This record gives sequence, structure tokens and C-alpha cells, in this order.
Amino acid sequence: MMQREALINTALTATLIATPLAVWALDEPFILTLCTKVAIFALAGVGLNIALGLGGLVSFGHAAFFGIGGYAMGILASHAQTYAPLIEWPIVIEGTKSMPIIWLAATLASALAALLIGILSLRTSGVYFIMITLAFGQMLYYFAISWSAYGGEDGLSIYVRNGFPGLNTLDPAQYLIICYSLLALALYATARLSRSPFGLALTAARQNAERVETVGLRPYSLRLTAFVISGAITGLAGALYADLNRFVSPTMLSWHTSGEIMVFVILGGVARLFGPVAGAALFILLEHLLGGISDYWQMYLGALLLLVVLFARGGLIGTLAGREVAHD
Amino acid sequence: MSLILLAEQILNGLQSGIMLFLMAAGLTLVFGVMGLINLAHGSLYMVGAFAAAATAAATGSFLLALVASLAAAAAAGAIIEITVIRRLYARDHLDQVLATFALILIFSEGTRWLFGSFPLYLEVPRYLSGPVTLPGGIQYPLYRLAIIVVGLIVAAGLFWLIARTRLGIQIRAGESDREMIAALGVDISRLYTLVFALGAALAGLAGALVGAIQSVQVGMGEPVLILAFVVIVIGGIGSIKGALAGALLVGMTNTLGGILLPQLFGLFMDPASATTLGASLASMAIYVLMAGILVFRPSGLFAGAT
Repeated sequence: MMQREALINTALTATLIATPLAVWALDEPFILTLCTKVAIFALAGVGLNIALGLGGLVSFGHAAFFGIGGYAMGILASHAQTYAPLIEWPIVIEGTKSMPIIWLAATLASALAALLIGILSLRTSGVYFIMITLAFGQMLYYFAISWSAYGGEDGLSIYVRNGFPGLNTLDPAQYLIICYSLLALALYATARLSRSPFGLALTAARQNAERVETVGLRPYSLRLTAFVISGAITGLAGALYADLNRFVSPTMLSWHTSGEIMVFVILGGVARLFGPVAGAALFILLEHLLGGISDYWQMYLGALLLLVVLFARGGLIGTLAGREVAHD
Repeated sequence: MSLILLAEQILNGLQSGIMLFLMAAGLTLVFGVMGLINLAHGSLYMVGAFAAAATAAATGSFLLALVASLAAAAAAGAIIEITVIRRLYARDHLDQVLATFALILIFSEGTRWLFGSFPLYLEVPRYLSGPVTLPGGIQYPLYRLAIIVVGLIVAAGLFWLIARTRLGIQIRAGESDREMIAALGVDISRLYTLVFALGAALAGLAGALVGAIQSVQVGMGEPVLILAFVVIVIGGIGSIKGALAGALLVGMTNTLGGILLPQLFGLFMDPASATTLGASLASMAIYVLMAGILVFRPSGLFAGAT
């Protein structure tokens, strides 16, 4: 069974490398944007999968980190646009249009948010945890709506996509490659993480917290660390998504976004390394195909999701590879 | 700020708290008895409001509209319980969250497909419109006062149902040991359908009552659903008493925070930024309240009680 998943992963890796190349050759801006979206959503899902798949933490508030990443981009870029410093006291912080700095800020800001939310939420478990992460996500959503300095309900748009040294990010193909590279990096890091002592301890804490405690590890700290890493990666995806659209709005923080990120992970297969990639690709494909048939495509998406949850519990990869990783 | 205005806001807080209780009661019952987290509860609220608006438009009777909201939401609840929800009781919370999230998509888009994207309006009946003067010279809308009373009657009825009737005994028994009451010959799947439909009917009623104050539109149940989650987390999941306490606390905090916080900041800031900051913080107040309660009571105020 394991070989089958390895085979599927190899095929997906090949697709991951081949897609940018093929798309580059095609030079169809619309398909380029769709593929970039897949990469970004997959990255957000990879982030959630660390908490959900490895840690067994059903976070229904990951839109918070996605949105914080987006707002980190929006705020830094809008200040750079108007040449107004972000903070003047005690030190002057200027806005920036440089992607690496924005990514760093987005990752740090969402990691910090994940730390604060995690410290409180991880005191609880099970259904309480689901509802509390959901509520914290909504708290930030309403905050963003009433925060008129950065656009409030209307959101914040920037005129030109931010720059990356040595690349022309305005070219959709080059931006696509940036996103795919970051996704590949995150997948590699997740694969290493899940086999590291930390990853093994985290998996053990998901399966039997008491035993982990008896051998002298603290499940709370393990989960908190996983939650922070998870939030940081989703935050990075948020910054990329905002840059793709050159726009950030409270919608990125809404609980529908949390639900969708979760759907990417589930459609693909929970706790599978490539689950979010397969799920995000399937989601975008469905959005595109069903959206072409009917304005009410989300109804069909709902029906499909219902069928997957009720009858195909391992998601796409689980169905193809057979179930050997039970999520709990 | 005058005392009259404050009294008016306290009544508004009471009104929104009571409506929240109707939502939260169903959620917490379903969780307590069946161990199910139901995100689609907000959709049942929406179904109730749309059924009421459509009935009122067709017949002109507000009472018939309320009956329709109860019936439609209970029917929708029973249907999804039998077709979908029933398969989820033995599943983990993740599957329940996803399946009920899928139900939201189906309900929302289905309603948009049936009724269109424009909001419907449910008129307050003439005999309940206009203000009424309360002792102390407070002018308060009669309709809002009426829904406070209706909500309190329904809440009292629910407490009576759970504490005094045979169904209530079965519900409480189901919460503590479902295998045992099945062994004692109670038709457990019928009980589950009944409890789910009861919770749905309460949500539908709340949707119809609030629908006459706000507009009836797709997605109207979602903000209320999230508030109801905050309520039952604060009150303790599974506890009806906790749901009542939590609902009143959240309703009051939400309403009074929006009025008092900007005034509080106005004491030491300029009015414009005090309004902005006050409004931002007021929208976060209930979540701060929830976080504060969780620090001291991680499983809510009334955990373990019913």
C-alpha cells in the first residue's frame, strides 16, 4: 500500500515540476493564473495539514493566518506606495515592495498570531478547539472590517505587484515559478518535519497523549509548536495570494476561507504529504468546470464534498492509494 | 449618556441574548445528546426566515408566517438528520464539520437559486408596530418587546420540557448514557430525529422573529451561528442553563460594548478616533470575554450541568 502512495507522490512531484514548464510553453495567462492559484492554495493547505494531519488539531480558524499574511503584504506595500512610514517611533519602519521582506513579515506576523491563539485555544480540545479557533478567526475578521485605516470592509489594493530581486514578477509565468518553488520548499520541509524527532513525537501525541506524557514530553508544547509552524506557512500563502490579486480584503479572513482551506486538505487526503496539492488542484478544477456550467456551482461542490466525507473518507489520495493512514 | 438610553440598550441586549439562546439551545442539545457539531444550524435559521417571509407575502398573516417558520425548519432538520446527519454520529468531529459545511453550501446556494440574491422583507404586523412607553418613560419598540416575551416563554417551555416531560427524561438519559437507554427500549434513532428537529424549529423561529427586524437574505444565519458557538463555549457545551447564561452575557456585551466603548475612549481621545477604536474593540469584545472565561474555566461556565 505504501508503495502506491509513493508512486502517486512521485507522479504528483513530476506534475509539480512539469506544470510550470508546460504552462510556460503554452503562455496562456488565464491558465497561468489558475495554476498559480493552485500552488498558493496548496501551500495554505500544506500549512493546515501540519496542524490537522500531523497534530490532529482541527483548526477551523486558519483563515486568520491566511488573512494576516495578506494584510502584511497589503500594509507594507501600501505604505511603500505612499512613502508614508509604517511606524515613526521609536524606530522608523518604512513600507516595502520587496517580496522576500514581505514574506518574512507575513510569516512572522502569522506565527505570532498562531502563538497567541494557540496558547489560549490549546487549553481545550475536541469540539471546543474547533469552535474557539473559529471564533478567533471571526474576531480578526470583524476587526479588519472595522479597521478603516486599511480599507475596512472595502479592502486594500496596491497598484503594482511587489518585486523579487532578479525576476520580473509582473510576468505571470515568473510569478508562477516563485509560488511553485515556495510550495516545493514547504513540501520538502514538511516531509523532513514529519520524520524528524519532533514530527514523530507530535504524531505520537495525536495518537496517545498520555503515553507521550509518560515518556517525559509535553503534548501541549508539541502541539503549540506545530500550530505556530502551521500558521506561519498558511500566512506565507496569504501574502502570495494577496500579491497575486494585488488586493487584500476581510474576505480572506472569513470563516468560508477557513472552510475552503480545510476542504483542500480533505479533498486530497488528510495527513498525506501531497494531499493539499491534489485537493487544491481538484478544487480549482471543479470551480472552473462547474462554474462554467452553473452560477450555483457551490451547491454541486457541497454535494460532492458531502459524498467524499460520507463515502470516500481518505480523500483523493486515500481513494487511489488505499487507506492505511486513518485520521482520528 | 442618559439613563433612558442605557435602559433601552439593556433591553436591546436582552432581546439579542434571548434570540441567541433560541439558536444556541438547539446546538447545545444536539451536541449534548448526539455528540454532533452542526455548522448547518445557521442554515436552519435561514430556512425559518425565508419560510416566514414567503408565507407572510402569500397570506399576509404574521402568525401563519411564524408557524411556517417552525414547520419548515423542523422539516428541513428532520430531512437532513435522516439523510445525512445520522451517518455522522459515529464519526469524528472533523468529518462532522466538513459534512455540515457542505450542507451550508447546499442550503445557501439552493436558497439563492430558489429566491434569488435580493433580500426579502418580512413586515412587522400592524398590531405589533410602533413604540410602547414603559415605566420610567422609556420608549421602546413594541415588536422587540414582544419577541423578548416570546423568547422567554419558549425558553421556559424548553426548560419545562427537559425537566418535566417523558421526552425530557429520555433526552437527559441520552446525554449520560446512550447505549443504556437504547437497551431500555427507547427508539434511539427516533429520539435523535426528534431532538434534531426540535433544535431546528427553535433556530427557525429565531430566524423568523429576527428576520422582521433585519432583512431576510442568504447567509444571514452565519454571523448568528458563530455567536451561538461563542455562547455555548462560554456556557459549557451540552448545558441548556449554560446556553441561557452565555446567550445573555454575549447579547449584553455585544450590544452595550458598541455603545459604551466609544464613549469610554471619548473621555481621553478625540471623538473621531475614539469612535473608530471603540467600534473596532466592541466587535472583538465577546471574543475577549470568551478567551477570558476559557483561561479560568476551560470547559465553560456550566460544564457538566444540564
